[in-house]
Amino acid sequence: MKLTLKIWRQTSRKESGKFVSYPVEANPDMSVLELLDVLNEQLIEKGEYPVAFEHDCREGICGSCGFMINGLAHGPLPATTVCQLTVRHFKDGEELTLEPWRARPFPVIKDLAVDRRAFDRIIASGGYISVSTGSAPDGNAILVPKEAADRAMDAAACIACGACVAACPNASAALYTGAKITHLGVLPQGSRNVTCEPFAWWPR
Amino acid sequence: MELNSRLPSGPIETAWDRTRFDMKLVNPANKRRHSVIVVGSGLAGGSAAATLGELGYKVSCFCFQDSPRRAHSIAAQGGINAAKNYQNDGDSIYRLFYDTVKGGDFRAREANVYRLAQISVEIIDQCVAQGVPFAREYGGTLTNRSFGGAQVSRTFYARGQTGQQLLLGAYQALERQVENGSVTMYARTEMLDLIVINGRARGVVTRHLVTGEMNVHLADAVLLATGGYGNVFYLSTNAKGSNVTAAWRAHKRGALFANPCYTQIHPTCIPVSGEYQSKLTLMSESLRNDGRIWVPKKKGDKRSPDQIPEDERDYYLERRYPSFGNLVPRDVASRNAKQVCDEGRGVGETGLGVYLDFGAAIQRLGRKTIEERYGNLFDMYERITDEDPYRVPMRIYPAIHYTMGGLWVDYHLMSTIPGLFVLGEANFSDHGANRLGASALMQGLSDGYFVIPYTLGDYLANNKLEPVSVSHPDVRNTVVSAETTLKRLLSVNGRRTVDSFHRQLGKIVWDYCGMSRNAAGLQHAIGEIQSLRQEYWQNVRVPGTGDDFNQSLEKAGRVADFFELAELMCVDALHRNESCGGHFREEYQTPDGEAQRDDENFSYVAAWEYGGAGNPATLVKEPLEFDYVHPSQRSYK
Repeated sequence: MKLTLKIWRQTSRKESGKFVSYPVEANPDMSVLELLDVLNEQLIEKGEYPVAFEHDCREGICGSCGFMINGLAHGPLPATTVCQLTVRHFKDGEELTLEPWRARPFPVIKDLAVDRRAFDRIIASGGYISVSTGSAPDGNAILVPKEAADRAMDAAACIACGACVAACPNASAALYTGAKITHLGVLPQGSRNVTCEPFAWWPR
Repeated sequence: MELNSRLPSGPIETAWDRTRFDMKLVNPANKRRHSVIVVGSGLAGGSAAATLGELGYKVSCFCFQDSPRRAHSIAAQGGINAAKNYQNDGDSIYRLFYDTVKGGDFRAREANVYRLAQISVEIIDQCVAQGVPFAREYGGTLTNRSFGGAQVSRTFYARGQTGQQLLLGAYQALERQVENGSVTMYARTEMLDLIVINGRARGVVTRHLVTGEMNVHLADAVLLATGGYGNVFYLSTNAKGSNVTAAWRAHKRGALFANPCYTQIHPTCIPVSGEYQSKLTLMSESLRNDGRIWVPKKKGDKRSPDQIPEDERDYYLERRYPSFGNLVPRDVASRNAKQVCDEGRGVGETGLGVYLDFGAAIQRLGRKTIEERYGNLFDMYERITDEDPYRVPMRIYPAIHYTMGGLWVDYHLMSTIPGLFVLGEANFSDHGANRLGASALMQGLSDGYFVIPYTLGDYLANNKLEPVSVSHPDVRNTVVSAETTLKRLLSVNGRRTVDSFHRQLGKIVWDYCGMSRNAAGLQHAIGEIQSLRQEYWQNVRVPGTGDDFNQSLEKAGRVADFFELAELMCVDALHRNESCGGHFREEYQTPDGEAQRDDENFSYVAAWEYGGAGNPATLVKEPLEFDYVHPSQRSYK
């Protein structure tokens, strides 16, 4: 199938960027990232610069990848990162607009890659339980109701890709931070933590 | 070179305790005077950096990803083993030790494995205290499952995302130390070389992947926790960025590389669908509990699976292994899939796949039960392949996903370069020739949380380290050599992309040094790798410069190292004239086609010493002794 990729090209944070359109021949089984791989191989062979984009595990868990497709974070499929989004979900002849996350806290590094260090700073400022190695009691000495463990896991499954910030009109990290607060706050280990005291009200 | 593995003598049950007691300690006030470099931020590196920071050392931690939380440990699914015996089903430290030594096909050190089994119980405690949301019973206690054919339920898990949750525990502990100021985190920073001064590891040369800036970091010790080398095969279940560069460049500075040919192939992955494919996706092994594996009896049978009648199907695992059937261990299932595909009976467009059929199970148990058991996996399969596995059999094919080999380390996790320690998958130490399920997470955290904090202190307390400065000639030379490699890669300006070379290299290694190997194939592969490597340095095209975010340049350096490693893998596989665990030499099999070990001649660790550019590596042997678990033959008929 034939697609047109309209991609945001920006060489660095200091330069201004622009959209460039590339016609591509796609196989419906490819992921969107594999389509970019194919485009990049062609660009390199033609002596042009490949499109920079973040990726690593390519199975939807590391949180490295992500960009806007036609204005939607990670594209049209719910709970699916761009590395797992296959091309067959688009129509033959369609034009896809790829842009980096649109959020001031995530400045563009190059093309589709952005700087998400803000997320690490949020965790460093209290997104942990203060327990040093060696000082833990036996695992079963801390009983956690199944409902609390399940609820904590729902929140802890966040992959920190940044889509929530990019999708929010205010570019707020409330969902990301809230997920961590929920994860640690619903567990008895977390609600005893000094740094988590504000969340001790959480119903358990 | 003589290898001193510093293995403790005396009863194995108290060996680690006695070793720890004999260690020298670093006074708390002196710890902050010692600087430590940790390369890698996965389970091993993240846990080590956090713990050393807590102890008061001055730690610098490096990762190539944009955040330490993205290390590939995050992708581990199944779980983590621990000999807690919470289920009262007969587990013990000794049983976990026994299973691991046997599962490794008697090619691991007993003392290391025993320590790992002992520490396993502390890991669970630590992770629970950090807030890892392990699965629970309604009463609030921890729950377990059996995994990877173990006869006891000793695996702790957090849904299908255990690696993610354990890594977030370590990552959060690490960020706590970053906030405290004891750890400095350098993300998007790749180690390009190891600085060795007066025979000791004293620092690293790094490149910032966004700015291209080269830097020197000096310290009293260097810890490598940089993962495995599965991406030498190009297609693997590893993350795209996973690489061998840090370990390989340390090897070239004098660290011996042990058992490179021990690689593990996982039987149930989604098959390759085309030339563009960039990576392979694992489907949980648990699917084999209810799915039946088959291929058509006829070669090149292109009919759709529902058109192939029952008597024209070959349920080859059930036929060859009547007692274990579809549940034979990973290595056996993988080899058999390859064999039927090599015979031309593979399925799917590429012919590299076998069916995993749930038709019979759905008829017997009903669709609802299958949905409950495997719903999320079926959804994932459908998302990727666009086929509904409730109606059409899944197609699966083996893929590389773990490497047991790695840098040689002694009982203290120190390599043959004093001051260079190696942790987690990057070392060779605990899994022998085959790793059991749910053991990788255990080893990474054991090394990082509970082994290195002791052994590093002993090293620092026992050795007087003179101050070093960036103006030292060995520092300058190392920087120049790293810069020269980058410049060379940028200046070739040939016609082929890095990926095209990597894909071709991976195919050679997969074909000749993958699931089964033979002498002629390995010799052929060595020749092919050498000539492709030559072409690489004459014909690769790396666009751009070294002064900015250049992902092609990153890859180019890593692929250059994969070429050299690939050759050593083949050399190692060729020299090991036996079959054991993940290393299957076709010439050495039992009459019924199983792996045939040769304990008389090959019961040793093969550690390779770098011979310099163009020269062969030298083999150094560390003999293995088994005082507790006596070597026996595995059989699954």
